[in-house]
Amino acid sequence: MRLTWWKITAIVLLVYAVIGGLLLPVPELTQLGETIRNLYYHVCMWFAMMILFTISIAQSIKYLRTGSIEHDIKASSYAGVGTYLGLLGYATGAIWASYTWADPNNPAFASFGSIMREPKLIGAAIALLIYGAYFILRSSITDMDQRARVSAVYNIFAYAMLFPSIWIIPRLLPSLHPGQEGNPALNFNDIDARMRMVFYPAVIGWTLLGAWISTLKIRHKILLEQKWFSHEK
Amino acid sequence: MKNKLIAFILSMGILGARAQEASNNDSMASLMRSNGKIYVVVAVVLTILLGLFAYLIRLDRKISKLEKEA
Repeated sequence: MRLTWWKITAIVLLVYAVIGGLLLPVPELTQLGETIRNLYYHVCMWFAMMILFTISIAQSIKYLRTGSIEHDIKASSYAGVGTYLGLLGYATGAIWASYTWADPNNPAFASFGSIMREPKLIGAAIALLIYGAYFILRSSITDMDQRARVSAVYNIFAYAMLFPSIWIIPRLLPSLHPGQEGNPALNFNDIDARMRMVFYPAVIGWTLLGAWISTLKIRHKILLEQKWFSHEK
Repeated sequence: MKNKLIAFILSMGILGARAQEASNNDSMASLMRSNGKIYVVVAVVLTILLGLFAYLIRLDRKISKLEKEA
């Protein structure tokens, strides 16, 4: 097996993120309480998703420049794992929100419907659905080269749509979600030094884990391609 | 591989039995019961995480083997 140094780094960082994330002290906050520790897990999903999508679009552009099918395999695998992490981020966010925002003691909480109208939730859902369409598009084209070309172009569009849907529009509208005035979790007023000690390693760890799973997917798909071609001959 | 797995499962059983024997005075048990038993959660999450890593490593090895054969 190719257990290169970065896979060991991923394991070490994630073990640290779990132990440090659950045991190290965090600031005492109203409403959130101990749930602020979710920052090390929920927020990291979105960070890792964004980084994997960036790798994916880079591979799509490479495919369009070179026409090598390997780049198409890489682009689709990174996008797939990125979307999966996005879904996990969505699910964990739903759990987190239902015990913090949807709390009768929270003065900002009006109804469950008010949470469903959150611009951040809708924006993230749109972004994930656009990536969902990427996979539907891929599976609907049988010709390999055409599929690679069309989906590479679509991937660039999907990446461009991330910016209005999860970065710009949610910030223009009132929201319960933190990070209205800047970059959530990167802002120095948002989290204190103790939390950053765990948060940054956690981001790197989860991203590396996503990349690890992606490379496994890529190698598996390349093996399948080779098998298919050897049957053709 | 199968033998290793069986040995692992057996050793887990022994650990479980030991954990029940040593109830109150054991330092490990008192650590696990301190601080609202948060260490139990840490142990559970770590077990899941390490289990997932073991699975990934095994998958990685299998794919490497296939790559060599191809």
